[in-house]
Amino acid sequence: MATATFRIWRGERGQGSFQDYSTEVSAGMVILDAVHQIQAEHAGDLAVRWNCKAGKCGSCSAEINGMPKLMCMTRLNSLPLDKPVTVEPMKAFPHMKDLVTDVSWNYEVKKRIPKFQPRKPDAQDGTWRIAPEDVDRVQEFRKCIECYLCQDVCHVLRDHHMHDEFIGPRFLVYTAALEMHPLDVGDRREELRRQFGVGLCNITKCCTKVCPESITITDNAIIPLKERVVDRFFDPLSKLFRVFSNSKQ
Amino acid sequence: MSEYITHEHDVLIIGAGGAGLRAAVEASAAGVKVAVITKSLLGKAHTVMAEGGVAAAMGNVDDRDNWRVHFSDTMRGGQYLNNWRMAELHAKEAPDRVRELEAWGALFDRTKDGRILQRNFGGHRYPRLAHVGDRTGLEMIRTLQDHGIHLGLDVFMEHTVVTLLKDGGRISGAFGYDRERGRFHVFRAKAVVLATGGIGRAFKITSNSWEYTGDGHSLAYHAGAALMDMEFVQFHPTGMIWPPSVRGILVTEGVRGEGGVLRNRDGERFMFKDIPPLYVNQTATSEEEGWRYTQGDKDAKRPPELLTRDHVARCIRREVREGRGSPHGGVFLDIAWIKEKLPNAPEHIKKKLPSMYHQFKQLADIDITKEPMEVGPTTHYMMGGVKVDADSQMSDVPGLFAAGECGAGLHGANRLGGNSLSDLLVFGKRAGEYSAAFAKENSSGAVNPDALATAEKQALEPFGRQSSENPFAVQHALQDLMQDMVGIVRQENEMMQALERIRELKGRADQVSVDGNREYNAGWHTALDLNNLLTVSEIVTRAALERKESRGAHFRDDYPAKDDQFGKFNIVARKGANGEVQLSREPIPSMREDLRNVIEEMK
Repeated sequence: MATATFRIWRGERGQGSFQDYSTEVSAGMVILDAVHQIQAEHAGDLAVRWNCKAGKCGSCSAEINGMPKLMCMTRLNSLPLDKPVTVEPMKAFPHMKDLVTDVSWNYEVKKRIPKFQPRKPDAQDGTWRIAPEDVDRVQEFRKCIECYLCQDVCHVLRDHHMHDEFIGPRFLVYTAALEMHPLDVGDRREELRRQFGVGLCNITKCCTKVCPESITITDNAIIPLKERVVDRFFDPLSKLFRVFSNSKQ
Repeated sequence: MSEYITHEHDVLIIGAGGAGLRAAVEASAAGVKVAVITKSLLGKAHTVMAEGGVAAAMGNVDDRDNWRVHFSDTMRGGQYLNNWRMAELHAKEAPDRVRELEAWGALFDRTKDGRILQRNFGGHRYPRLAHVGDRTGLEMIRTLQDHGIHLGLDVFMEHTVVTLLKDGGRISGAFGYDRERGRFHVFRAKAVVLATGGIGRAFKITSNSWEYTGDGHSLAYHAGAALMDMEFVQFHPTGMIWPPSVRGILVTEGVRGEGGVLRNRDGERFMFKDIPPLYVNQTATSEEEGWRYTQGDKDAKRPPELLTRDHVARCIRREVREGRGSPHGGVFLDIAWIKEKLPNAPEHIKKKLPSMYHQFKQLADIDITKEPMEVGPTTHYMMGGVKVDADSQMSDVPGLFAAGECGAGLHGANRLGGNSLSDLLVFGKRAGEYSAAFAKENSSGAVNPDALATAEKQALEPFGRQSSENPFAVQHALQDLMQDMVGIVRQENEMMQALERIRELKGRADQVSVDGNREYNAGWHTALDLNNLLTVSEIVTRAALERKESRGAHFRDDYPAKDDQFGKFNIVARKGANGEVQLSREPIPSMREDLRNVIEEMK
């Protein structure tokens, strides 16, 4: 059977180097299979984070030949195997060990986003009626598997390290899902502008390109949020309206 | 004890899938201090993979549905070995648990008049599964996660428990390690809820993630709790089979619910050939009637593809065995054929089954809107688990609770699709509620420092050993063994051999050695998981030997018929004083009269 070489980043807390491992390849194999084979045969302590191996949990994010991808959904037959395949951890988060990064920042960011606030139930049975079309719009955002590849590729985080000023594409999608939720009555525009840094996104659409769930992050989530913020804070008519309504108080 | 990092909580929840998170939400609402330990990151647990939907008799699509029908469907599916009180609570409470998720932000697919849409599924008489395309589990876990993070829970991500701690007879906490650094932690708690899921990783072909190593089952058993129904392992009829690296990945039953049909190599709808007596009255007699059922015709009966999973899995195995299988040893599952019936079939399929479309396109180069899938059985779910009180979910050990897949009782000999997501909501909530009440009524138990020292020493042994035994090799050998000898069809001599080989593998597991240090070391973690996998594998095998009949998911080649005598008890396993597995046959309590009447009425 054919073999291929995998050039895997080994090391701890940012210190390390690439090491080459050869392993057999078989039909239909994905990168995660190769990593597991290498783990079982050559490197028992090789650290890799994974769960479902079916593209549903978003745990096995890595950079394969320099591209942010899920290891479990990257087929070997989509890569040139005549030269080593590089497998490295994500770059926008602190390194832990080998292919594993510390993504806890993402969990802290999510806590800061004001939670879902439903309007009062309006049907007689104490629930809501929601038109199918209103659900469709938001369901795209709710497909997100939180793999954080969009965060990894976003230059505001990856190159400029603005983790304190910018929540990143994943959480702009999350905020959009709340803002456009047919039942939600919250208003997160103030936070979007001042704390979440929606203005820092300059629409390079790198996040959209790497999303394994094909969520149209920039066009469908971020741009509409930017528009909402503009309407709220910079639209001259509504500014005028606010001036008058404030003056009455 | 000062050498260990110590945490103190009222309620400690082990596992952060649907059951664990639902329990955490409820316990937290009761005002106690709650910790959640998860082997993975938050939101990655196995619930995320659930596809088809959550069963709840809301009657939104067919108003003939109600809790009585759901109750009797669940009991029939479980071949009446179910804990009937759990089946009753489940059927009655599931609708409220689903509506509550909506109030926390879940967005289910809708009916035209704006209510939660429900779909057909195997063994459910009416369309009953609330769903979000084919990613219902993701919606549920994300909803619970996003709701839970605002409740002040302490979440310990990437931590693993190696043993439960007891003070005399009652629970007093848990001892475990963090993956990142390999440091040991003591979690002191007044009550502990196990919500660790299943045991699928004991088998080679499985739809389960790496976490499913039977931790809760094994922790409970070694702590003195009873396990029940361990012979009942569900093999889902439709897993991917080709290419080899994806073997076992789930293909949702929703494909069949939306009109997908099973065919053998000759193009025959083989499911029509064998309809079990319990279901003859509920099954379509023609292909046309089956199609009408999937399209919502209330006068039509369901197609035989939507019979219970145990039966469909065995029919597929029969076709393959008798030489009528597909090229890679499965059968064909065809949803593309509906283009004969629907004008916009490809778009319809992509809308209803988006994950399936992408899964096959990306992993198998198959376009399911144009060609059939190849599928075969895959290990999917553990009906057996910790024996619990139906109302409170407390085990035999005071203060130790279990909910979701690692608990037993609701599903009996076979689980209906969709009943696991409702199970984890209904009984996750109950476990949270009653564990919080227990914590309020009881003070903290003591922690024995000797028990900690022993557990630490055992956990670290693989590092010091001079041997070449590889933990991954032992795990693979066990998976091959269970798949071949204690799998979908069983017989006595094979299972006796399996017991012998499990004993040998335990010897090998005691000799595994690992390289490197304690930080995020996959080999070490695998070595520690072996204890749980071997414990549950032995109990599954012993219980399967004890049940000398075929019922539900348990099929014996040497006893192919159902035996009424075996329908009167559950098989219960406890750890004996000598450290060996002790089995007992525990009679099923006679059913309350009103529930008996419900069953009669629905026959």
